[in-house]
Amino acid sequence: MLNKDIRNDFPILDQEVNGYPLVYLDSAATSQKPRQVIEALSNYYQNDNANVHRGVHTLGNRATEGYEGARETVRKFLNASSTEEIVFTRGTTTALNLIAQSYGRANIGEGDEILITYMEHHSNIIPWQQLAKATGAVLKYIDLEEDGTLSLEKVSDAMTDRTKIVSIMYVSNVLGTMNPIKEITEIAHAHNAIMVVDAAQAAPHLKLDVQDLDCDFLAFSGHKLCGPTGIGALYGKKALLNEMEPVEFGGEMIDFVGLYDSSWKELPWKFEGGTPIIAGAIGMAAAIDYIESIGLDNIEKHEHELVAYAMEQMKTVEGLEIYGPRDSSKRAGIVTFNLDGVHPHDLATVLDMNGVAVRAGHHCCQPLMKWLDVSATARASFYLYNTKEDVDRLVEGLRMAKEYFQ
Amino acid sequence: MGNEKLDQLYRSVIMDHYKTPRNKGVLESSNVTIDMNNPTCGDVIHLTLQVENDIVKDAKFEGEGCSISMASASMMTQLIKGKNTEDAVNAAHAFSDMMLGKDIDDSMDFGDIEALTGVAKFPARIKCATLPWKAMEKGIASDSE
Repeated sequence: MLNKDIRNDFPILDQEVNGYPLVYLDSAATSQKPRQVIEALSNYYQNDNANVHRGVHTLGNRATEGYEGARETVRKFLNASSTEEIVFTRGTTTALNLIAQSYGRANIGEGDEILITYMEHHSNIIPWQQLAKATGAVLKYIDLEEDGTLSLEKVSDAMTDRTKIVSIMYVSNVLGTMNPIKEITEIAHAHNAIMVVDAAQAAPHLKLDVQDLDCDFLAFSGHKLCGPTGIGALYGKKALLNEMEPVEFGGEMIDFVGLYDSSWKELPWKFEGGTPIIAGAIGMAAAIDYIESIGLDNIEKHEHELVAYAMEQMKTVEGLEIYGPRDSSKRAGIVTFNLDGVHPHDLATVLDMNGVAVRAGHHCCQPLMKWLDVSATARASFYLYNTKEDVDRLVEGLRMAKEYFQ
Repeated sequence: MGNEKLDQLYRSVIMDHYKTPRNKGVLESSNVTIDMNNPTCGDVIHLTLQVENDIVKDAKFEGEGCSISMASASMMTQLIKGKNTEDAVNAAHAFSDMMLGKDIDDSMDFGDIEALTGVAKFPARIKCATLPWKAMEKGIASDSE
């Protein structure tokens, strides 16, 4: 387990909610922010704020250095070979939409197939639905195993000569399942399909290496890894990004503008129309520096221990059903569950009254809820600042809810 | 633990309607059918009404949802049965006001429904309580078109 002093880096955790010390178990929705990130944002606005890539003045240079420095931080974080392959976006959703609208529109035709799974987040479903509708392509779903994992055999079986795009989440935000992305990428490439990775839930918890995975695109969000909201990044292989047209046009992204025609900047700026998310990028880089100073391996280990403990303790609550892999070593720091006789919204209210924050609902995964045959679930998600005591408070709250609704 | 505040939300009459809902099911003789969901949480309601000469003769609901939404549906169907459609819609408006913590018209006899006043103090749960009422309002509006 990580040292509990880490909690001191997160000022927000030091408060009472409804008369009890806050236990924050909703990091899969958004993580809390350490002082280091809050200070980076405030330092940027207090000392360096200016627009980037244009100012001759000193602040303009500092802002540009901060923003482009953040790109280098993201490049190292993903082990990409060049900063040309790192596009800043508003988050994972924007990144996936960019791929669908730019790469998709140019390369997908009628009868082509796009392959996703039943566990995807809405952000990795709807861009492909829209692409399929616009082009006449076919959207196909790979079925899951009973325990909510993905079998490589079923991935292989779903591939055809027409499969052009495979887009799969690295870690499920509901089941906690960690998908074998490297192996799936090999399968996709063997069929000449490109591999898109939704790494929104993976980036905060696992060491990522895009060269080792060999994926073609990978997207993640800053706010889930201790960074600010409104910033994320898209990694794309240079050869693909070079071929792609921008989807947003305007300032910042142009090379030359004529009356009736214009040309674009080089990579990656041609995809960053408008004044970029400067403070966000700087804040996200501070967040990456922060989690790397703790160590992704250490964070992953910490979460595995917490999840193992949580699953063991939660099993002792009568009528509690946990979804996803039974083997806690096969899941990231997420436990989704239902308590017999207590609707998840009621459960979340009871827990909130005891200072424990969990998520209740469909978690932006309506097709997965249908697959699980439930209308809603409750979810506890853990991060580096959570402790075994947090799990104990959760379990205590679950018992109380059970009793209250009896 | 925080039982007192919970008791303001989960009044016994609400729990009674949740555990033994009135008017649960589907009306065979319905002429108005409404499906509505709450996209943020997954609650769904299937409401069937029998409306004749602007009178709600009968009402039944099916649904998936929390205690607040299902109890609210049970109470709502109980209230509107036998009412004319204008009164039913007015009741829906008064219920919305109640959820916003506003004072409501004294002439409105809400009976059991007043137990739901506590929901106004739980902003995240207001949409649970209003879902069945919004469904009813939409159904009556579609019938009068």
